Amino acid sequence: MSEFLISITPIDWLLDPLTHDFMRRALMVSALVGGVCGLLSCYMTLKGWALMGDAVSHAVMPGVVVAYALGLPFSLGAFVFGVGSVALIGFVKQKSRIKEDTVIGLVFTGFFALGLVLVSKIKSNIDLMQILFGSPLGISRSDVNQTLIISFIVISILLIFRKDLMLYCFDAKHARSIGINTGILHYLLLTLLSLSAVVGLQTVGIILVVAMLITPGATAYLLTDRFDQMTLLAVISSSFSSILGVYISYWSDIETGGSIVLVQTLIFLIAFLFAPRYGIFKKQSLINND
Amino acid sequence: MNPIFKSHEKDFMRIEADQVCVDYNGTVALYDASLNLKAGSICGLVGMNGAGKSTFFKALMGFVRPSRGKIRINGIKLNQAQKEQSVAYVPQNEGIDYSFPVSVWDVVMMGRYGAMNIFRIPRESDRRAVVHALERVDLFDLRDRPIGSLSGGQRKRAFLARAIAQRASVLLLDEPFSGVDVPTEKLMAELFLQFRQEGHTILISTHDLNHVRDFCDFVVLINKTVLAYGETSEVFTSENLNKTFGGIPPNPLSGPTSSKDFVNE
Repeated sequence: MSEFLISITPIDWLLDPLTHDFMRRALMVSALVGGVCGLLSCYMTLKGWALMGDAVSHAVMPGVVVAYALGLPFSLGAFVFGVGSVALIGFVKQKSRIKEDTVIGLVFTGFFALGLVLVSKIKSNIDLMQILFGSPLGISRSDVNQTLIISFIVISILLIFRKDLMLYCFDAKHARSIGINTGILHYLLLTLLSLSAVVGLQTVGIILVVAMLITPGATAYLLTDRFDQMTLLAVISSSFSSILGVYISYWSDIETGGSIVLVQTLIFLIAFLFAPRYGIFKKQSLINND
Repeated sequence: MNPIFKSHEKDFMRIEADQVCVDYNGTVALYDASLNLKAGSICGLVGMNGAGKSTFFKALMGFVRPSRGKIRINGIKLNQAQKEQSVAYVPQNEGIDYSFPVSVWDVVMMGRYGAMNIFRIPRESDRRAVVHALERVDLFDLRDRPIGSLSGGQRKRAFLARAIAQRASVLLLDEPFSGVDVPTEKLMAELFLQFRQEGHTILISTHDLNHVRDFCDFVVLINKTVLAYGETSEVFTSENLNKTFGGIPPNPLSGPTSSKDFVNE
């Protein structure tokens, strides 16, 4: 194996996978999904919704299983259960004295367990591993189309309501006081979260999709004090992680979702240590200037 | 009257609250609270914690729905007045995430969002309003700084600039003097007087009685309802304050004439 790795040039390393149809598809979908999730992750980290992202991404599990069993597009089932979990979290929180993080943990584990039970009970060709860990290398054409459509919807809405959602995350009270309907923005953001979880689980699977929804935002947050730059950095680092992760997965035959998220985590670590202003080893000159 | 206001705004009371009641799940937080503020006045809203002061404030901002009573701004319904950008809200310093990646300019520009189209793309007039507002609070030179790098007083001025940029006729300020340095306090006092001259109406929620006496023409004393309301000189009696603070007033009448006296300038 090591002999083989030494014998290939970097150009081959980049170009050889592109000769395969499935690899071109995997790279394209992973980069797109990375971009979508990276863009949304800025709002998740700034709003403090990491746990909510975890909840929604796990709660879509039974939806995926039911949709497969009924022959429906899996994204439809996932979306219904994603939004359903959010509604249920809101309902239980409002009607009981239980604190929100407890309610979130309770609802998403319940949904996830239901999904596991359904997989084992519904006799079909559902591959549990595929749902849990994703399989961008084996993505089908119809799944590609679903991903394209959902990604287009999420990106469009995020671009149109970019400023309103940013204001909602920063100062919801001001947003309300100038006549903006923050209730609609709240549910819009939750809907976008569900949709992004749906596309994200295709590449990295249900268990790791939350990483796609928070890590790029957290990395970018350490690198800049400008919201627009933060979204740009998050999208770039997220798409780059996806592409590099797929390449590494191809050449070293490791699990793709894990590979993508590991690259993301490494980029975060680099930012955590060396970010010019907010890294652990920040440049002294910047501190002195302030 | 200042030309920036719409024509109907000058004929009515700026703030009209008529027997407003608010209850949370059956617990009464505020009852029969009434208030009329005309154009060009500064009013202090004073009460203990838990006395319904912040509930009244929230009701005036539309954050809680009164179970009874009416609130009107410039003669029209509150939510309509908010859509017309007539009400500006200046938050407490504590209520804001100062590690948020926005610059001072971005924050002040948020005051213009309500007047922009759905994409919130600033026009030349919006930029001019932001420049003007930043100059009035003396922050123009710091406009590109991240909001989190400012001092407490500068942060307060940035949010004041946002309210100025909004060009609202009614300003609601929540504890504006907490965590503020002396130069900022002076600047705010001057600005408040200018606002009053321009026909704005300012409502200040505060527990600092010295500031009320220094800046406010009117005062509203709150303890579950409006106990007393009127010109500061008439309402600010030790008897009324005793009622407001349940017999333990923070002793403003025998103290120094102003909080400024505490500080060597």
